[in-house]
Formats: sequence, C-alpha cells, structure tokens
Amino acid sequence: MSIASLSGKRVYMDANATTPLLPEVVEAMHPYWISHFGNASSIHLDGQQARSAIEHARETLAEFFQCHEAEVVFNSGGTEGDNTALFGMLRPGDHLITTSIEHSAVLQAANRLAERGVEVTFVAPQPSGLIAPADIQNALQPNTRLISVMLANNETGVLQPVEAIGALARQAGAFFHIDAVQGAGKVPFDVRRIGCHLLSISAHKMHGPKGVGALFVRRGTPLESLIVGGSHERRRRAGTENVPGIVGLAKAAELAMHSLEDGTIDRVAALRDRLEAEILRIPGTGLNGIGPDHLPVPRAANTTNIWFDQVEGEAMVIALDLKGVAVSGGSACHSGATEPSHVLMAMGLDKTRARASLRFSLLKTATHADVDHVLRVVPEAVEKLRALSPAVAGTLG
Amino acid sequence: MQPQETIAVAMSGGVDSSTVAAILARNGAHVVGLTLQLWDQTRLAGKHGIPDAPRAGRCCSLDDVYDARRVARQLGIPYYVVNQEDRFEQDVVRPFVSEYLAGRTPIPCSLCNNHLKFDQLLKTARSIGASRIATGHYAVNKFDPRRDRWILKRPADLAKDQTYFLFGLTQEQLAHTLFPLGPMTKPEVRGQARDHGLALAEKPDSQEICFIPGGDYKQFLAAYLEEQGQPMPETAGELVTSSGTVLGRHDGISNFTVGQRKGLGVASPSPLYVLQIDSATHRVTVGADAELATRTLRAGRLNWISIPALTGPMRVKIKIRHRHEPAWAMLEPAPDHADEVIATFDEPQRAVTPGQSAVFYDGDEVVGGGWIL
Repeated sequence: MSIASLSGKRVYMDANATTPLLPEVVEAMHPYWISHFGNASSIHLDGQQARSAIEHARETLAEFFQCHEAEVVFNSGGTEGDNTALFGMLRPGDHLITTSIEHSAVLQAANRLAERGVEVTFVAPQPSGLIAPADIQNALQPNTRLISVMLANNETGVLQPVEAIGALARQAGAFFHIDAVQGAGKVPFDVRRIGCHLLSISAHKMHGPKGVGALFVRRGTPLESLIVGGSHERRRRAGTENVPGIVGLAKAAELAMHSLEDGTIDRVAALRDRLEAEILRIPGTGLNGIGPDHLPVPRAANTTNIWFDQVEGEAMVIALDLKGVAVSGGSACHSGATEPSHVLMAMGLDKTRARASLRFSLLKTATHADVDHVLRVVPEAVEKLRALSPAVAGTLG
Repeated sequence: MQPQETIAVAMSGGVDSSTVAAILARNGAHVVGLTLQLWDQTRLAGKHGIPDAPRAGRCCSLDDVYDARRVARQLGIPYYVVNQEDRFEQDVVRPFVSEYLAGRTPIPCSLCNNHLKFDQLLKTARSIGASRIATGHYAVNKFDPRRDRWILKRPADLAKDQTYFLFGLTQEQLAHTLFPLGPMTKPEVRGQARDHGLALAEKPDSQEICFIPGGDYKQFLAAYLEEQGQPMPETAGELVTSSGTVLGRHDGISNFTVGQRKGLGVASPSPLYVLQIDSATHRVTVGADAELATRTLRAGRLNWISIPALTGPMRVKIKIRHRHEPAWAMLEPAPDHADEVIATFDEPQRAVTPGQSAVFYDGDEVVGGGWIL
C-alpha cells in the first residue's frame, strides 16, 4: 500500500492537532514572502511596508483579545507564549498554581521551574475534566505569584471556568495566565472581563500558519522576556518579526471572529453532536467529560473524546488512518508512539480506559458528508478490534 | 480486482527489516511499516553508570525510529510506531531481572520474540487490517502438508541463523509470518538494500541486549531496582570449590554466570570458572575448565514445532546458547514431569547455563525448544 493510494476519501478529524490554512490566509500572506519582504526594523520604505503590515495585524489581534494594541506581543506560537508567561513571571521562592491537565508547554515549564526553586501546585481536575475554582482557592499561598489555567482542554475540549479563577486571582493579588491555544477561535473570550494578565494563542490551531502566535500581556505586567536580542516587540520578544506569519495570524484571527458570530460554531457543534450521538450508540462506549448530572460539561464545539471498551486506541488510530479517517488518541511521545493521555488519567480514568479513548476534533469546514464517512468506518473498526481483543494464540513464557 | 493482502513489516531501523520492507513493497504487496516502541532509552540514563546519551543502534533509540521512518518514506508506505512499553516491561524486563536475581542467565530476545515481536505484533497487525507480518529474522518457515504442520528451518546464511531465538513460535504465529531473508545471505541482503537505494545499507548490525545501553547488565539491575523502589536482594554468599572447600565470599549471585572466569575475586594458581549458582544457599561453586563440562541437561516450558509433542526418545542436535555449535544428544521426556525433557549429549558440553534456551534440531529443522533448568 503506498501513501499515494491512501489519498482516496480522507476525512481529517484532528483539528486540535492542527488545521489547514484557509485560502484567504494564504492569499493575505502571499505578498510578504517575495514582494513585501522587508525587515520591519529597517528605516527604508521596504522596511516600513513590513512594519505597517505588523502594526495592522496588531490592531486585529487587539480586537481579537479585546485589548490595547500595545498589549499584543507576536511570537513563535503557543509553546513560546506559555514558556514566556511562566519563565518570565516566576523566580525562586515564588509559588505557581497550575493544573495537571495543562499542555506540556505549561507542565514542563512548571517542572523546570520547580527544579529551580519555584514552588508549584498542580491542581487536579474533577472527574468531569473541569477545574474547580474552589480547588484553586485552596491552593493559594501568600507567595502565590502566578496562576496558569487553560481556556479549553486540548483532549476533551472542556472549557475551564476562567472568569471565576480570574476573580480569585484578583482577590489574591496574583497574576493570571491563560493558555488559550485550544480555546481561541472556538469560544469568544474577553481578556478585560476575565481579568487575566497574560494569554497565549497559536495561529495554526485556527487555520493560520504554523510557527507564529501571540501573547497578550496586560499593561504593567512585570514580564521578563524569554528571548533577548534586538528591541523588537517593545523589548518583550527579540528576533526579526515573522512578517508573513504575523499577517497570516491576523487574517486567521479576523476569520475566527467572523465564525464566532456567523453561526459557524453552532453548525460545527451540531455536526459534533450528531457524530458523538451516533458513536455512543455502539455498546461499550462513553463520553469523557461528563458532569455529576451525567451530562457533558461545557466544551469547545468541535471536540468529543470517547472511550471504547476492549479497544486499543493506538491500533484504532492506525486502522482508521488506513481507512482514511484522521483522529488521535493520547499524546505522541518522542518516537511517535502514543502515551495514554495525561489529561484523561488526571480525570481518574485507568490506563486501559485512557488508552481506549479517541479524540475526534472537527475542522470548522467539516461537513455532513465527513461525519457520514466517519460513521461508516468507526463502528466497523470497533467491531473488528473487539473481535481480536482476546490475545492471539498461545505464547510461551 | 482481487483485494490485495496487507502485510505488516516489523521495522527496527536496521538493514535487515528495512530490506524486507523494500523487497515486499517493490514486489507490489500492500505494506505497512510498524516499529514497536519497547523501552524508553532515557528512562534510566545517567543512573548507576548507565550512559547519559543513548547511542544509536539500540532498540527504540530515536535514531533507529528516524531510520525506519526514512525508509518507509522512501518506499512510500504508511509507517507507525506502536507503544508496547508496558508489555515489554511486564513480559521481558521483569522476568529478565528476576532471572538474574535467581542466579540464572536469561535471554531476553527469546522472551521478546514470543511475547512482543510475534504475539503482540500479529495482534496489532490484524487490528489494522493486515493478515500477516514479515520480519527481518534469518530463518525459514514453510508448511508441510504431510505432517500438517508449519516447519521452522535454519536459513541459508548459517552465520546469521536466528532460529535459536525463535523456538517459541506457535503454529498460529508461524502460519502468519513471512521471513523473506531466509534464503539470503547477509551480503546479499546488504546488496539488495543498496539496489533499493536504502541509505542504511552499510549500517552496522546491533549486537547487545537492546534495552541495556553499554551492555552492563549489573548497572541495569541496580538502576532498575532503584527506580522500582526495590532493594537489591541480599544474595552475598560463599565461593566454594566443587569439593566444598570455601575459597572466600562474593557480593551477590547476580554477578555471576555459569562459565564466567573474570571477576571471581579469588586468587588461584590455575584459572577458575563458575560451575554452579545456588539461588537458595547463595553459594557459587567454582572449578577448573574441565569441570564445566556436563553430559545432561533438563529443560522446561517447552514448545514443539516440527512435532506435536515428544513421546519417546529422539536423536537431535541441541544448541545451548546463541554461539554454540549444535551437539548430538538423545532427547527424552522427563519421567517425573510432563512438560520437561532430559537430554544426554554424546560428548560433554561446556557451560550448560540455567536460564538460557536449549533448541533441538533435526537436520535444518527446529524440532522445538525449552528453557534450561
């Protein structure tokens, strides 16, 4: 089987991993590769052209964040934003409150800081995947300097109560960082109302290019830059600006703002709900992200995370891929093999069930035909995997 | 058009399995490449003298996955890394550790073949829609309708013969496995790799136990037990001669292997070798080279390939370690134990080592095998 023969009907349901560029984004970026190639720091007209593109993009991002333009810092993406927020705010002796369901960009930064004398509390989620504000409150200490909680979880899509946590941070006099990489473009948010000091986003999760993102830094936040060098981005992020990337990010943000208002998100939610309801008709399946009332907790409209009894998730991902359906299970380790999701494990799933869980995350361009295709392939794959579930033949030991 | 069979190739990133993938793919088979992620090489790095940076050529090193992925890309086949770390630890690493602690000398490769490379891989292959697996082992398997059995035979290149590690394969596993390198010699395989334009055609063979970087199993035992929060069992004891004279003391039985000469810690006018390790009394018996030779061995946990079971005495050649020239012996069912056999060699054999496998050959065919008790 060649990879070429896999290019029949393919349905991509892994939008939380990355998304394709929308044609408008490609078009907006295009001039900045070749004709408007200037360095935004240069004095001449070529430089000014680049500078003006960046500042125009900054205005769009300010609208996207609901903040002032001076509060937008362009960078290389979500990991850099998260790293900047943590490393730039915390010194030995400080206390950080974060959660055990964060992306590794936050978790590994927190671990590194812990090795360097920062106190770190990892708050566990409820079985639903929600972080309880009371648990954040209970973790507060007099030296708590930063609270870092994500907007939407990448694995379950569960939306965290960031406004309530923002209020707690305000009362405690702590700074508040939000990793909004998964939430941005999927749910509306307003940094003023939340009252956060820092918020990171990435372009490629919302149909923009890879390798570019932005960090909201509220005025007066004493953030030390992570990357030093030239005086770019008001000395908050050194390095020649990725002009085409920044233009692409702004176009993606502009389109995302439209889709938050024009009913696109509701349409995606309806597709997701149909997919989910049909899959859950397969016996021995269930949803990850259920509240005590047995209903799903608030989630990003495009995401569903489902466990399948007696199914090895990793084999299922491969089997579905070979049938033209791209989904994910767990997180990829260094070699590309799958580790059981730390998020699902933190929610209390055992390793077997965590391994038996799959994430379907829909693009905002998803169609009923896509869902139909997935619903043709998934039940058959589950049946086949379950038939093989008892170990093959005897072994020796 | 007839639906084409899908074959899953176990790809390690080495020249052998890469060539298998190339041969099958270029012959028009539907090929999917799979690499089993068995052990995290960084897990014990830097502890008890284990090297910090895993070297290339270890199983599951990033370099090997990179090489396998590059071959798959070159051949245009789908390729996946499958996480089997839990099963590898349970079925290979833990038994390996407990065998050493019990004074035996285990061979993890056979356990890995039985549990991971064939059982688990076949299971994974079937779940993704493949009906058979192919590996880069040097061995031949074919169905014999007369005996109604799958037969495992030594390969064309006897220097690369891997049947010693494959004696545990079941009929079911043999029926669903391809060994395309069986009729080829290693130089021919490298030639094929070159002909297919594989950049790794000259990559050296791996030799050591894959999850023990640097090859020092004592470091590994210490680091693994510490990680597991288990104390190293106290197995220090006496070093004695075969006549019972106490020569001194040793620090622990896991430091010894039958036939070992170095590191005994006693001075002697003539060379001394480990003859026997008693896991109950922790006594290690040493003696002259000539004393290492034994005429009999007992093996258990048996698997039969060319015959359904051993019902009476049978003349076979037996291989008692990987680099051992098979020796003539009479094999008989143990009178006192249903799943054990006793072999009596024509000529005494040096260093019959508990924990290793004994594999029985009838000409080129693998009759079966078991673990030396």
